[in-house]
Amino acid sequence: MKYCSHLLAVFLMLLFMTSASAKIESLEFANPQMEKDYLQLVQELRCLVCQNQNLADSNAELAQDLRHQVYEMLNKGSSRKEIVDYMVARYGDFVMYKPPVKSTTYLLWFGPLVLLVLAIIVVFMFMRKQKKDTAEVSQQAQEKAHHLLDD
Amino acid sequence: MARFLVPLGFIVLVVFLGIGLTLDPKEIPSPFINKPAPAFSLPSLQNAEIKIQPEDYKGQVWLLNVWATWCVACRAEHQMLVEISRQNVVPIIGLNYKDESALAIRWLQQLGNPYKTVAVDADGRVAIDYGVYGAPETFIIDKKGIIRYKHIGPITPQAWQQKILPLVQQLNGEAG
Repeated sequence: MKYCSHLLAVFLMLLFMTSASAKIESLEFANPQMEKDYLQLVQELRCLVCQNQNLADSNAELAQDLRHQVYEMLNKGSSRKEIVDYMVARYGDFVMYKPPVKSTTYLLWFGPLVLLVLAIIVVFMFMRKQKKDTAEVSQQAQEKAHHLLDD
Repeated sequence: MARFLVPLGFIVLVVFLGIGLTLDPKEIPSPFINKPAPAFSLPSLQNAEIKIQPEDYKGQVWLLNVWATWCVACRAEHQMLVEISRQNVVPIIGLNYKDESALAIRWLQQLGNPYKTVAVDADGRVAIDYGVYGAPETFIIDKKGIIRYKHIGPITPQAWQQKILPLVQQLNGEAG
């Protein structure tokens, strides 16, 4: 029981720790739409230093600077598209977690679909072969049966 | 058919993994290749009253090297930069990225100064304009002010011999 309450205390501590670190950057937004745009943008833009994190998750210095940049551009009245274009112009498509559909990303977008189609074809071929095998076996068995009966 | 497909699938996997292993995910292709170097006007490290601009170097091939004293890889690269500057084939302009100027000046005094001049990018804005996501990074800029190549990470002797020097020589041959 005592162990339990210790565990609870640690859990609560961790809970407050995360909320405290999330509040380090307190930004003020002119309106809720701007806040929504900001949160969405920092979710969608990749941190280039840490690669598998987005701007929102990363504490890398570059990510902080880029968050700041997003915030400032929103304050100056830039649209979401303008901000994404600004980032892509500097860091390339890689900065977007959702890459655009174009000739260099066709494999990325349609590769899984191609794999699925291939898999379905293989499964069909496999099934047809099995059916044929069982048909052949039963025919042989029939002949054998006839033979036995004739004797 | 299945006898065929399984080894085939295996070979395809091996090929893809092989390609994947030879690529460096840290090397993100720069969208700036063959685009004009973004303009900036930054104070010089040695004399804040002097402003450094890319236009100052129109008509010559030059390197823009992004560095900082807090950057460990930059220290590893520094000796190579000093070596390159001794060869006197291409001017190196430094971009001191989010650094303390006093530390940067001391660094150059201690380790040698390979830079023709160093621009101070204290808040990292210019580095963002150049799509810098780590230091060191080096841009090769041609006589017309177009970025022709970006080297990510420290310049190694191989990178200099095999890639950067030949490109500098080729660009020097182009009309300004």
